[in-house]
Amino acid sequence: MTDLRSLMQLTLIRVRVMLREPEIIFWVFAFPILLAVGIGLAFADPTPEQAEVAVVDGPDAPAQTLALEARDDLRVRILTEGEAVDALRRGEVAAVVRSRGAAANATSSVEIQVDPARAEGRTARILVDQALQEGAGAPRPVTVSVREVEQRGQRYIDWLIPGIIGFNLMSTGLWGVGFYITQSRQNRQLKRLVATPMPRGHFLLAQILARFFFLIVEVPVLVLLAWWLFDVQLEGSVVALTVVVFLGAACFSGLGLLVCSRVRTTEAVSGLINVLVMPMVVLSGVFFSPSRFPDSVQPLVALLPLTALNDALRHVYNDGLPLYQAGTELAILAAWTVIPFVVALRIFRWQ
Amino acid sequence: MGNPIVASPLRSSTEPPRPGDDQSRRPGDGEVWHSGDGEPPGPGGAEPAILVRGLHKRYGDVHAVQGLDLEVRRGECYGLLGPNGAGKTTTVEVLEGLTRADDGEVRVLGMTWGQQGKALRRRLGIQLQETRFTEKVRVDETLRLFRSFYPSGPSVEELLDHVQLQEKRRSYVRDLSGGQRQRLSVACALAGNPELLFLDEPTTGLDPQSRRALWEIVESFREAGGTILLTTHFMDEAERLADRVGIMDRGRILEEGSPAELIRGLGGAHVIEFEPSNPVPEEELASLPGVQMVRSRGDTRLLTCRELHRTLPALVTRMAERGGELTSLHTHRATLDDVFLARTGRQLRDD
Repeated sequence: MTDLRSLMQLTLIRVRVMLREPEIIFWVFAFPILLAVGIGLAFADPTPEQAEVAVVDGPDAPAQTLALEARDDLRVRILTEGEAVDALRRGEVAAVVRSRGAAANATSSVEIQVDPARAEGRTARILVDQALQEGAGAPRPVTVSVREVEQRGQRYIDWLIPGIIGFNLMSTGLWGVGFYITQSRQNRQLKRLVATPMPRGHFLLAQILARFFFLIVEVPVLVLLAWWLFDVQLEGSVVALTVVVFLGAACFSGLGLLVCSRVRTTEAVSGLINVLVMPMVVLSGVFFSPSRFPDSVQPLVALLPLTALNDALRHVYNDGLPLYQAGTELAILAAWTVIPFVVALRIFRWQ
Repeated sequence: MGNPIVASPLRSSTEPPRPGDDQSRRPGDGEVWHSGDGEPPGPGGAEPAILVRGLHKRYGDVHAVQGLDLEVRRGECYGLLGPNGAGKTTTVEVLEGLTRADDGEVRVLGMTWGQQGKALRRRLGIQLQETRFTEKVRVDETLRLFRSFYPSGPSVEELLDHVQLQEKRRSYVRDLSGGQRQRLSVACALAGNPELLFLDEPTTGLDPQSRRALWEIVESFREAGGTILLTTHFMDEAERLADRVGIMDRGRILEEGSPAELIRGLGGAHVIEFEPSNPVPEEELASLPGVQMVRSRGDTRLLTCRELHRTLPALVTRMAERGGELTSLHTHRATLDDVFLARTGRQLRDD
């Protein structure tokens, strides 16, 4: 380890190769940004959500519509019975309101039809019920006032951005390291390198160092863009974020090494990487919280490297907590860094 | 042959250059020393550069190397000549420490692979049969990388100069011609100022001009006192570069000696190749004046003779007497190809 020239040259070569491949630039930089912007635009809309409700056409329909439209969080349309049921099935409306029997009193007997599996159906049921009762002059014994969350740091987009950073660290680590090394093995560059006195650890370490080099550009771009487009603020310290990001990158570079340590073809390594990436995208809280999964799988989910990384990122990014409060997550990440790297070094196939 | 071995071929020369005169640097008759004779007669009694005893290597059902013995003296260029699939590359890769032998003793520069592998690597220059460098890396960047693996050696500038790639220094590897790539490959092999250079089929697929350029680089290394192990299936390459040639087929060395000596072993300097319209018995041809050896290849007969002016008229006269026709008639100076044909009944190359 006294002579680090080879480590430096290997890292330089790796960085150059990445900079000279336009498709790598796309996947590393452009893709996560497009993903963040796309999802951000879809979910960052600040206007409150309105529930769509269908009223089945009939003699009572105008009066019911009037009562429902008194609330600004309901949007009402009058449809025939058949159209209304179809619209509910397609998810275009959250609830169908129809009169029961032929009573003269518009609000005496009303049926609200909802799909209980959908959250907006349950919400709509409550809103419609309330609106109809109020329209009929029902008393309100308790005065309730509502304060809506509009604080920065508590919106979906605030929660999403650290997840996108974690997702990006995972995919660029696995692909950048795993795919490149497999390609080098496939076209016998690795064989040529091991025919020299090159310290083999330097080659593997250089892959991780080259990843670090790209982080210096990739993460600040995402952070600044999220701030500029969606007003997403970094609540914690830059130092804490840097530590988590570097540890995350090291972790997934190490995993990338492990994934490609024996594989002979780029096709095989692509399959392996997808097998790793797909479950973690779903389970580890990139786009939605893993708390929705059953309790029995929660310990397993918590042990996944991407879960640990995302949780640590959100601690720092959203909650502004100091690093030591994310100790468990950092320990899980560290274990996922050291163990794969050591195993990869031992079982690595050089030719 | 009396000069001391100097281990820095690029910097010092132990022999004056002898341009254009290939024969003069070959050892004379009495100096030719065959492997298996016991003590090497190398200068100063130094251990041979390469010593192989009873080497075996199998790949599944294929017995690629079958009990090969080989001894390469310091300061000589040894050529392994044989057709594709003869086991040349397997042998060389065992010597290079890239493939493990199944059985047999292998010593390179007096050392064995295993514990001494790391120290040994620094003293070797290796050119693999098919080296693909990273396409979007420049020539000088590639050389700087390889140079960084060795504690000492020529500078990148000297290497570029040596293989005449100064003008291509800033080109991407993907923009180099086949000959330029091969010169780059040799330059990488020379980056550590090796004592022993392995060249595996260095000119396969190159045009005549590129081949000559590469030969000159190899010759200058050899003239500066370096040892070379070369594999080739070109008899002209072996004749030009090698001090001694081992004719290899089916995992064994069949015959060994200087090119001149091997050709002399055929008994004549000339080969008459002809195709009679009526078959002529080989015994009848053998009785012609000056004929040393008669061989057949299909309908074609090959006569080895010492003096064309005696044998050729006699052959033409005999054919006229028999009343047959000569459908073709060629003569050429005997080559290593003829030696190979005499030993195996096949030609080195089929084209």
